[in-house]
Amino acid sequence: MVRSKCGRLWNINLTPERCLEQLVREDRGRLMAALVSRLRDMQRAEDALQEAMASALVHWGRNGLPASPKAWLLQVAWRKALDRIRRGGTEQRGLADLLIRADEVQDAGEDIPDHRLRLIFTCCHPALEAKSRVALTLRTVCGLTTGQIAQVFLDAEPTMGQRLSRAKAKIAGAGIAYQVPGPEAWGERLHSVLTVVYLIFTAGYTAGPVDGRNLCEEAIFLVRLVNGLRPDEAEIEGALALLLITHSRRAARVDELGITVPLARQNRRRWDLRMLSEGRGWLDKAIARRASGPFQIKAAIASLASVESGPTDWPQIAGLYQGLLRWEPTPVVRLNLAVAMAEAGDLDRALDLLHLIGPDMQDYQPFHAAVADLLARSGQGQAAREAYDRAIAMATHSGDARFLIERRAALPD
Amino acid sequence: MKYMLLIYSDPTREPAYGTPEFQAMMGGYFAFNEKLKADDVAFDGEALKGIDTATSLRINGGKVETMDGPFAETREHLGGYYILDLPDLDTALRYAAMIPSAAYGTIEVRPLMNYNPAG
Repeated sequence: MVRSKCGRLWNINLTPERCLEQLVREDRGRLMAALVSRLRDMQRAEDALQEAMASALVHWGRNGLPASPKAWLLQVAWRKALDRIRRGGTEQRGLADLLIRADEVQDAGEDIPDHRLRLIFTCCHPALEAKSRVALTLRTVCGLTTGQIAQVFLDAEPTMGQRLSRAKAKIAGAGIAYQVPGPEAWGERLHSVLTVVYLIFTAGYTAGPVDGRNLCEEAIFLVRLVNGLRPDEAEIEGALALLLITHSRRAARVDELGITVPLARQNRRRWDLRMLSEGRGWLDKAIARRASGPFQIKAAIASLASVESGPTDWPQIAGLYQGLLRWEPTPVVRLNLAVAMAEAGDLDRALDLLHLIGPDMQDYQPFHAAVADLLARSGQGQAAREAYDRAIAMATHSGDARFLIERRAALPD
Repeated sequence: MKYMLLIYSDPTREPAYGTPEFQAMMGGYFAFNEKLKADDVAFDGEALKGIDTATSLRINGGKVETMDGPFAETREHLGGYYILDLPDLDTALRYAAMIPSAAYGTIEVRPLMNYNPAG
């Protein structure tokens, strides 16, 4: 995704509406971060920015664009926030604090310090519900509207609005600090941030583009942003590698009929080789730092699975899943390990492992799809048919369902 | 901001009185209190007697009803609390993780209501 900086040239040929639209799309996160860092309240920052944008349409239409629209918006939002606080009247001491801080930031000019890392860590705080972390990050950092986020989760807009309000109220009420965590909590909090980014990425695959916003690209934007603001971190580079490698196969994931194509049968010519090699470059960098972590392991698996020619190294992939279990001893990782073991030729042990995790996985569609495939390979046609039926009934993506229906039909009688 | 750290624990999971594990737990509480003093954290806290000493009360239709024990039938019971004056939730969570009972139950971290925003 291209996110051009709003430069000085733009006032020549942009209308105020277009200019504001572009600014909001590209710099909303940065403006929000700057406002929250001064106001210490996400809702107040959001309201102030909203007011400033309404005011911009009026003023810019009448007087033309200011020299630095971004700085203009920040100044006006700031003043709007102060006005509101004054009208509120009850927070005298808070107001005094704010005014003191206002003096410090006056004449910041065009040079708005980038506080987005703090904003991201706040939105992804483990004291918030996982779904709220994803929603809040999309709203405040990526600038999606409440309606767009509701669409992603298949929620009603008012329900999503309430969720966002609750999350912002919890941040203010519980005293969640607006800061990048120190070394004692860094690893755990970073993992929470990267998990949110990854959830946004996977939501992009199931939800598809929403109003022209592609969540996979938003996730890549986010992890690039985090990587830029905190370079030289192996896990951040690992997460960036994972997203790029996975996304490089996007055009080959479904065929012309919209049916999901498994990796082994994907048309390599439809892969984005530049993105794939960029992803591998980040993975190499990360591994060289000798600080292993789950995102690097997943990226290494994705890289091995994306062989451009020749056989896939399934024994090594199985070994990596085994390593991943140390970080994430979950049934989902065991499921993937079983699939890799089967691909590596160890069908019996793979089926044993599936049997072991079965009780925890009954509600998980990919489990039934994997069971069906492994049973089919071991020649247990009837059991495979039953497993396909379950997997088809539970599929949330129509392309997946159609792929499974084809596989079921191809079973020998 | 002041935070109350409510200590909920499951008596069946906690070490029994008189065992070396119990001694270790009490030592952990002593060390926690010393840590708070060393860090210059303003604090307050008490431990409660067991739930077999609890009496619960409700007013129902204007009538006071009392009951032996706690109302809620949960496995984890409130066993004590700390009130700490700290800058933010992360700091509160860091201290909460040092409370020995966190290994046998749950520490609920709640900010206290501030009735006087100017104070």
